[in-house]
Amino acid sequence: MLKNITMGQYYPVDSFVHRLDPRIKIVLTIAFIVAVFMVHSLVGYAIVLGFVYLTSRMANIPFRMLTKGLKPLRFILVLTFLLNLFFSTEGTTLIRLGFIHITHQGLSQAVHYSLRLMFLVVGTSLLTLTTSPIMLSDGIEMLLSPLKRFHFPAHELGMMMSIALRFIPTLLEETDKIQKAQMARGADFESGNLLQRAKAMVPLLVPLFVSAFRRAGDLAMAMEARCYHGGEHRTRLRVLKITQKDFIACAAMAGLILLIVVEGIIL
Amino acid sequence: MDERIKVDQVSFTYEEGADPALTSIDMKVQPGEFVAVLGHNGSGKSTLAKLLNALYIPTEGAVIVCGLDTRDESRVWDIRQQAGMIFQNPDNQIVATVVKEDVAFGLENLGVPTEDMPARIESALAAVRMNEFADSAPHMLSGGQKQRVAIAGILAMEPSVIIADEATAMLDPSGRKEVLDTVRRLNRQKGITVVWITHFMEEAAQADRVVVVNQGRIARMGSPREVFQHIDEMRDLHLDVPHMTALAAELRKGGMPIPQDVLTVEEMAQEVCKLLCPSD
Repeated sequence: MLKNITMGQYYPVDSFVHRLDPRIKIVLTIAFIVAVFMVHSLVGYAIVLGFVYLTSRMANIPFRMLTKGLKPLRFILVLTFLLNLFFSTEGTTLIRLGFIHITHQGLSQAVHYSLRLMFLVVGTSLLTLTTSPIMLSDGIEMLLSPLKRFHFPAHELGMMMSIALRFIPTLLEETDKIQKAQMARGADFESGNLLQRAKAMVPLLVPLFVSAFRRAGDLAMAMEARCYHGGEHRTRLRVLKITQKDFIACAAMAGLILLIVVEGIIL
Repeated sequence: MDERIKVDQVSFTYEEGADPALTSIDMKVQPGEFVAVLGHNGSGKSTLAKLLNALYIPTEGAVIVCGLDTRDESRVWDIRQQAGMIFQNPDNQIVATVVKEDVAFGLENLGVPTEDMPARIESALAAVRMNEFADSAPHMLSGGQKQRVAIAGILAMEPSVIIADEATAMLDPSGRKEVLDTVRRLNRQKGITVVWITHFMEEAAQADRVVVVNQGRIARMGSPREVFQHIDEMRDLHLDVPHMTALAAELRKGGMPIPQDVLTVEEMAQEVCKLLCPSD
């Protein structure tokens, strides 16, 4: 059960997209989000959809893995759609039924916003499905490192992220142990309403926090004993390298943006 | 500076006004020696370990490791590279999510060039016989394996001393044996000096020398045979002697002339055989 917990959403296969530099992937994901916001017609969304589909094929990821990410968002999607549909009252009226008043503009806004939201989620899933959390945290650290000049703790942030990833399975195991210990002494985590169940968590969380702090103290000492003294003069085992693949990926993204812009001018 | 570690009249107090955790400790460790530090809980043995690689700085006196004084702040990283430390809890000293990256952690901190790392990681993992786990996640390993990874992490830094602060206390018997055997092999084959802090008598019995710590002072120091002869004194310090030494004492009380300094089952078996068939 704990086997791949640190991998998060990561879909571990080898592919062109998996092997891209995480920094490039993060930047390209941001570019993709910008591109989605530049789209103003259904044809544009079709282009974006085609792009997403092609990328998922190149990443060896089944397309339904991407749509699965939308499932927890279905309420927000429906809500976004309905709110935009009913509450923008400008433009030409399409339907008027009692207090319901749907306009042309409202409908198009509803469609736009929900599609944008969907592509936003799908685009970021594409990043997290093809990049392991540890690569992701490396990428974020490297991207933020120019900010070190303004005393932004980029290295510390990256170190914190990777230590957090390291300790997720350890703490889960511990939670399980404490839970069983409390259950053996008659604690009840399963019955009662939401408030009662939340209260039942207290005897679980307190020992967990205490132990997490103790672990943090131990780990800090172990790190110091192994000469850890911050990010300065530190070398790395994993070095991120930009390869030809990354240029190809950037060109593809540039192509997408160009297509969208051209499409926006023509239509 | 012939000795690897020299502890010279060291006292240590955690905070001002508190009782000293250690008082006037004097000890020397020679290169290649395997020294066990023995004491029950709260005796100050862990404090002593942390003084040996500058995690703590003595309140009085001096600790010299490989010729470097731990009070000299500019040499702290050299000292820690020379004197690697393994801790008690195997989970709380592994930093990375992959074994080989954890071994690399110390190298990264020392600023070793990236291209030199793989070879050093591989030889360190080979030395603790964990090569096949190079790409595993640490939480999938057993306690003994995790401690061996921790040892590899230190070995990669090419230390001359390994300090083990109760490194086996949280392990099961097979894990304990696995870790102690690994360290003993490194001690014999690579000549790495070992300071082995423990409260297990059977482990201390395997050392070249035993230092018994009680209430922040050195109560006794000598070879395991010498130290464990003082059965009553050890019991007064809430320490046991190895089972076979205790058995020898009981047998002697019962009138059997078994020497006092028996430590292991094999030795005991030999002595008993000698008694039973004196002709051999």
